Amino acid sequence: MFDSLSEKLQATFKKLRGHGKLTEKNIQEGLREVKLALLSADVNYKVVKKFIEDVQQKAVGQEVLSSISPGQQVVKIVHRELVELMGESFRQPALAPAPPTVIMLMGLQGAGKTTAAAKLARRFKGERRNPLLVAADPYRPAAAQQLNLLAQQLNVACFIGAPGQTPLKTCRQALSQAKETAIEVVIIDTAGRLHIDEGLMAELTELKQALSPHYIWLVADALTGQEAVRVAQGFEQAVGIDGVILTKMDGDARGGAALSIRAVTGKPIKFVGLGEKLEALEPFHPDRIASRILGMGDVLSLVEKAETLYSEEQAAELEKKLRSNRFTLEDFSSQLKQLKKMGPLENLLELLPGMGNSKALKGLKPDDKQLLHTQAIIDSMTQAERLNHKIINGSRRRRIAVGSGTSVQDINKLLKQFTQMQKLVKRLPKSSAGLGRMRGLPFS
Amino acid sequence: MKPKPPNKLGWTKRLRHGLSKTRHSFVHNLERIVRGQRAITPEILDEIEELLISADLGVNTSQTVIDYIQQELKRRELKDYLSIKNGIQERLLQIIGTNHNGLNLTATTAVIMVLGVNGGGKTTTIGKLAYRYQKQGKKVVLAAADTFRAAAVEQLKIWGQRSGAGVIGYQTGADPSAVVYDAATAAKARGADILIIDTAGRLHTKKNLMEELKKMKRVVGRCIPGAPHETLLVLDATTGQNAIIQARQFHQDLELSGLVLTKLDGTAKGGVAIGIVAELGLPIKLIGVGEGLDDLQDFDAQEFVSALFYGEDNEKD
Ligand SMILES: Nc1nc2c(ncn2[C@@H]2O[C@H](COP(=O)(O)OP(=O)(O)OP(=O)(O)O)[C@@H](O)[C@H]2O)c(=O)[nH]1
Ligand SMILES: [Mg+2]
Repeated sequence: MFDSLSEKLQATFKKLRGHGKLTEKNIQEGLREVKLALLSADVNYKVVKKFIEDVQQKAVGQEVLSSISPGQQVVKIVHRELVELMGESFRQPALAPAPPTVIMLMGLQGAGKTTAAAKLARRFKGERRNPLLVAADPYRPAAAQQLNLLAQQLNVACFIGAPGQTPLKTCRQALSQAKETAIEVVIIDTAGRLHIDEGLMAELTELKQALSPHYIWLVADALTGQEAVRVAQGFEQAVGIDGVILTKMDGDARGGAALSIRAVTGKPIKFVGLGEKLEALEPFHPDRIASRILGMGDVLSLVEKAETLYSEEQAAELEKKLRSNRFTLEDFSSQLKQLKKMGPLENLLELLPGMGNSKALKGLKPDDKQLLHTQAIIDSMTQAERLNHKIINGSRRRRIAVGSGTSVQDINKLLKQFTQMQKLVKRLPKSSAGLGRMRGLPFS
Repeated sequence: MKPKPPNKLGWTKRLRHGLSKTRHSFVHNLERIVRGQRAITPEILDEIEELLISADLGVNTSQTVIDYIQQELKRRELKDYLSIKNGIQERLLQIIGTNHNGLNLTATTAVIMVLGVNGGGKTTTIGKLAYRYQKQGKKVVLAAADTFRAAAVEQLKIWGQRSGAGVIGYQTGADPSAVVYDAATAAKARGADILIIDTAGRLHTKKNLMEELKKMKRVVGRCIPGAPHETLLVLDATTGQNAIIQARQFHQDLELSGLVLTKLDGTAKGGVAIGIVAELGLPIKLIGVGEGLDDLQDFDAQEFVSALFYGEDNEKD
């Protein structure tokens, strides 16, 4: 609904161009749009109020620049303020000089603590830091088992206390085991609880006192509404929060909760969860969530992902090929290989504003298995076929199907998708087709 | 056995406890806003709108309520906070409707399919439902068709033990439609009255996972004519405006029969559900008010709406 916030603002401010200064009066309508966008993104209404006041103060009195439209100017101010509010950029959490570093996760029921714990373990393992997962949720049925299974998948250690044992005892045992076994990071998965449940909040305080964790992170669901403020306040007051992990960001929630939590606790968001798979955890970037809350799409994330794989020239070259129709199945195949490195294709498409639901892209949302299929098909083609897909007639299709262990229908489907993609790319506006040029998109 | 958390409060106590704090917000704020004012000014309406938004009603629904108040102000006198409060409640009840919408379980083997995003409370709700119907002497079978999340099957099995319901489930990674098929066959063979299908949590944006649900629905419909008789979307009451998009997508893909609102034992009001009911015309059928076997109730519109103000029907100022 608010994908067009920046457009709306452009329209609101159109009449302003070249009209001297931004005043309280002439930006009011625009700020109302900003307010509605923030509220619809689930930013807490009190936070919104304060934010709008701040922006107004910053904006009023500024000269209306002639180089950009007043709408763009206000969007810029709003965006910059949001980024500032979201806090510092990601910093790697420092490990304790004397191992193990103890990290305790806490949050509401269903927020995603167990998955987040496993994702963290995977991350530390990837950094060659030996992690230990500790199951400190004796309440939810099969919670410990869930953590244990994830640990097995990751091939990392997991500590589970004896049945009926208190979380405190379990954690103490886990810590002494960690010290004996060269564990560097201990990650404690606590039970989900309501911030108003005094008994269970006291349990966390007790854990904190006994274990002195180096980091206590609140795991919060990006889908949370106005409640985010009360929840964050509850955990902050009772236990104290050092940082936040924001989960379920792979959906289409605007994630205004991030702003609310940040505003009331002043604590940084460290990581975001972007999927159910254990690799789907990424450092938090304030500028990206700002764009997302404002409905500008997470263009920067995509750009960065793409940039790790493409150089500027490669991107420019690719765009040229796409536009001039010299993009062949061979290129397509190498793109697929790149894409696989970038993670699930669906996630990537959803990062683009307005692309997530594009009908034209529907057929182009293969899951990972399909990608392998497609790869196999292209690998079974001859060089000539790859360079000019138009020569692939019926008998060639049958041969390719046999060679790749697929069916002729699969070949037909792929070729159809490929030509659709060629068409689609031609229709894209110039500025958004080039991966190398995406950085400036929201304001360009 | 499940260890008891330290001095864990019962849900009613927790509810009241939570409310003793939130009570100060809605009703008291409303009173504060309106008290001593000679006329209801646009500023006051703005503040009332903020109160509605703070209960997650969202911009649109809040606006319809404010419009109503504005229109009523022309027609009759709404000057003290009580009459304004009643005006808001009236409008909200108009939207939600006061009909009681029980579950449709008249079929020989009635099938309930439970859907929703991750962590919403599907499995817990199913455990509570199983308990409710087993207690009524009905025979319940549970299908562990969440074959994705680690230990999901074990979780449901524990609920099966608690309620005495049978559980059909295989190892993680199994085809969920195959589980549904086998569970439906088993339910019929055992003469079960009710089959409840637990599905893996999924975000509504994942097209392939939504397709998977559609397939499960088709499969159960082929095994048991008319099934599923209930297709329930579980919504966490702490969810904000995204719940509307969730409901829209799940309804479009799966044709829902109703909503379950969970975690109302916290301080969240679940106000977003009102917008969903307004837009999609789906009834809220059940509410979850805790993690225990008994913590499931039929939805009561009056109670729900007054909980937006007080939390409990009988709590008056
Ligand atoms: N306080 C409270 N907690 C609840 C309620 N319903 C469920 N929960 C808790 O929420 C958490 C998630 O519940 P589950 O039933 O596992 O949710 P689910 O939707 O099946 O989750 P996935 O299968 O992981 O997608 C658990 O810790 C439950 O105990 C409720 O009404 N109130
Ligand atoms: Mg479940």
